[in-house]
Amino acid sequence: MASHSHHTDEFAHTGEIPKAQTKVIWKTFFILVAITAVEFAFAFMMDAGTLRNAIFIGLTLFKAFYIVGEFMHLKHETKGLIWAVLVPTVLLVWLLVALLVEGTFYGESVFNYFN
Amino acid sequence: MSQTTTFEQPNTGTWDGGNEPFKVSYGKLMMWFFLLSDAFTFAAFLTTYGLARHRHQAYEGTPEAFNFSTQWWPIPDKVFNAFPGFHGVDWPLAFVALMTMILILSSVTMVLAVEAGHRMDKNDVQKWLLWTILFGSMFLGCQAWEWSHFIAGTEEGMKLADGSVIHGANLIVNQYGPPLFADLFFFITGFHGTHVFSGVVLLILIFFNTVNGVYHRRGHYEMVEKVGLYWHFVDLVWVFVFTFFYLV
Repeated sequence: MASHSHHTDEFAHTGEIPKAQTKVIWKTFFILVAITAVEFAFAFMMDAGTLRNAIFIGLTLFKAFYIVGEFMHLKHETKGLIWAVLVPTVLLVWLLVALLVEGTFYGESVFNYFN
Repeated sequence: MSQTTTFEQPNTGTWDGGNEPFKVSYGKLMMWFFLLSDAFTFAAFLTTYGLARHRHQAYEGTPEAFNFSTQWWPIPDKVFNAFPGFHGVDWPLAFVALMTMILILSSVTMVLAVEAGHRMDKNDVQKWLLWTILFGSMFLGCQAWEWSHFIAGTEEGMKLADGSVIHGANLIVNQYGPPLFADLFFFITGFHGTHVFSGVVLLILIFFNTVNGVYHRRGHYEMVEKVGLYWHFVDLVWVFVFTFFYLV
């Protein structure tokens, strides 16, 4: 009896379901696919080098912006939450770059000490 | 009895829990901070990759004349050029492109599940969760193929100075280049694959809960949102792994 009344309750809910709003979601999907396609075009039509790597990293950050902003909904959260996530991430990227630059220099000086 | 009632009164003061500055629930906020900490881990992997790569010579000849050697870091197009069912055909990065598409698509179906949850549409949540589970499992299958191909290697392999030939890869030696190349491949894509696997397990759990009406009775589908955040993060990590391991 109890389960029966539960079911009718569910059907009452089903009647009021609003229509899906998926326009932005699919738009974001096509942007992501397009950026990936552009990355492939660069991978095959351009010789490897610093410029190509810079383009790759730039496009990757674009993709990251759309995934975090739209799919993870961060763009529409409060300013406080956006900064709470963004500031540590920016510092992390700084740390990554610093470790790479300094680490490369340090590695080179250690390994080439006797040359 | 009256004591219980006073105990259940919500705290509304600014300094005793009534204030919610980020306008998100505790669970979602903690998921964000967990993902932030997870980003630290992956950043450590990428830093290691960058340093290891810098410590090795870059290949300087033309891409056409490239051959596998422990002297230089391999060009990724030359390592990841196989496709299931097309043995011996040179399709650079085609399979990894397919994997990327599958993962982005799974991210979309995940957002659609979250969106359906906002509308309390149980059937749609189930449908999109199932699609997400399917694409996530497909990605894992692709990765299993990629790994087994990487481990088994190609027929040509790499010729050593003493005339012996190395086929495939393990943690100590590999046919593609310096040992660290294969090590980092296993660690970075393996760590990401573990995340995808955990994500699929979580998705299956919330799928069963959705089918059983747990979230419907609760009145909201926030658990789907939290798992969704995790799932998108896994997709995000793949975007970076894809760039730094396969493209650059």
